[in-house]
Amino acid sequence: MSQRKRAVTASQSKTKRRSQVSLDEDDEDANFSQITSSQVQRAREHFTTDQLDRKVAEVVQFILIKDQKKIPIRRADIGKHVIKEYKAIYSEIINRVCRKFDQVFGLKLVEIDPKNHIYILINKLEPVNGEPVSMRPGNPKTGLLFVILSVIFMKGGVIKENLVWNTLKKLRVDPGEKHDEFGDVKKVVTDEFVRQKYLEYVKIPHTEPVEYEFRWGLRAEKEVSKLKLLEFVGELFDQDPQSWTQQFREASAAETSS
Amino acid sequence: MSPPMGDSHKRFLQTMMSNGIISASQAAALHKHCCEIHGAHYVADRLDDFINIINAHLQSLFMHIRKGMSEEDGLEYYALVNVTETDITRMASDYADNELELFRKTMDLIVDSESGSASSTDILNCADSLQTKKLKKKETEHVLNKFVQDKWLNEKDGEYTLSVRCIVEMEQYMRTIYQDLIKVCHVCHNIALQCQMCENPICGIKVHLPCVARYFRARSDPRCPECGDFWPHEIPEIQQSQSQSSQNLPSSSKENTAPTPSRRSRRS
Repeated sequence: MSQRKRAVTASQSKTKRRSQVSLDEDDEDANFSQITSSQVQRAREHFTTDQLDRKVAEVVQFILIKDQKKIPIRRADIGKHVIKEYKAIYSEIINRVCRKFDQVFGLKLVEIDPKNHIYILINKLEPVNGEPVSMRPGNPKTGLLFVILSVIFMKGGVIKENLVWNTLKKLRVDPGEKHDEFGDVKKVVTDEFVRQKYLEYVKIPHTEPVEYEFRWGLRAEKEVSKLKLLEFVGELFDQDPQSWTQQFREASAAETSS
Repeated sequence: MSPPMGDSHKRFLQTMMSNGIISASQAAALHKHCCEIHGAHYVADRLDDFINIINAHLQSLFMHIRKGMSEEDGLEYYALVNVTETDITRMASDYADNELELFRKTMDLIVDSESGSASSTDILNCADSLQTKKLKKKETEHVLNKFVQDKWLNEKDGEYTLSVRCIVEMEQYMRTIYQDLIKVCHVCHNIALQCQMCENPICGIKVHLPCVARYFRARSDPRCPECGDFWPHEIPEIQQSQSQSSQNLPSSSKENTAPTPSRRSRRS
């Protein structure tokens, strides 16, 4: 009992320290590292196989629903909303969840932020041509995003926001006006895409008036093939992808490392 | 133990996940496509066996690919359904509270009606009395459009009906909520909303329009299959339309020209 008490106080003080440093609001998350092996043992005996199976199913559904909206999933949220009293066996559950994603769906749960424990789902099945039913039915915003990712990549990985807005204007998408398909374009690009981790949108230091720049987000890095993107740009300009030497080298390197 | 799923099964399942529902002809084409892409053994008329392998693995996750028939055209569809939360909460992540309440009210109207449909006027009227948060006329129209787009409702000439997807997914929920109000089709035994009814007051069985068409096809003197009374309704023609198979073509052909940034975006 006393041992347990000590664990609790230790976890509390650790949480406090953490929240001071990183302003991390979730006490939930800190608890994960405080679990002792005897707690794990006790929890494992406490729950039946059926209960465990059910938990695994709930976590899978929770992640699938979040992923539908492309919202990155925080470990703390999984803990708070689904895992709850099963926290001691979190890693066992999450391992089984990963196995389900792999064996049943062809998806992979990837931690894109090991510090704050944020996950996204990546598709392990390559997109292919000539599908009778689309695996990703028309999301018009995908086209918008793709244009922006292309510009960033071709310009060396980081660009000022004005370049993005000007490019879009040339395509008759004015960020200042409400677009029929996308609605508030500026909001979609700087808020939705950023939240989904497709783009990074950060202030450039020491600028007056303040300027922002765009980079690829972590999800884009994991999901989007730079080589395919380059091939697409090549088709657009009727040019051999290899003629952009630097981009081609980077794209090939990214392909072999993934 | 069921056989493990190959990439062909996974691709089929992912496509089901992003579409929610596909027609039987689409499913057949998709089955062939998935097997060819991944070099899996393909037997044309074994679609149901193929789906059974997926279902065996989905069971522990409380999901299921289920077959259903459209009340309108009698065609078969496959829908990916959730087996635990047969409740409307399945839609909860996509809609706001007052939108869900509007959906429930629409469902009430449809189930109560004789025609299995609800007019837009009636739906707009009940939008005034929502308990959660009232919807303006314009907003209601927008939400109804969303329900149609997401394939929960069908709309024709201002009349709204429940889609196959809705009936297949919420069958259990509807039976629990409406109990005796829900009648099943005498021919196919699925929930019957848009249908014809025997006019003999002590019989009163219901039959889907496409089931009526099929059942009475070769009979010159149509009689109720239950009580033998004369069947007083017009017998509809059997519809052979297969036009659904092309409904996804525009978006997929557009995407195929480019490597898309998102390899997967479900029902967004």
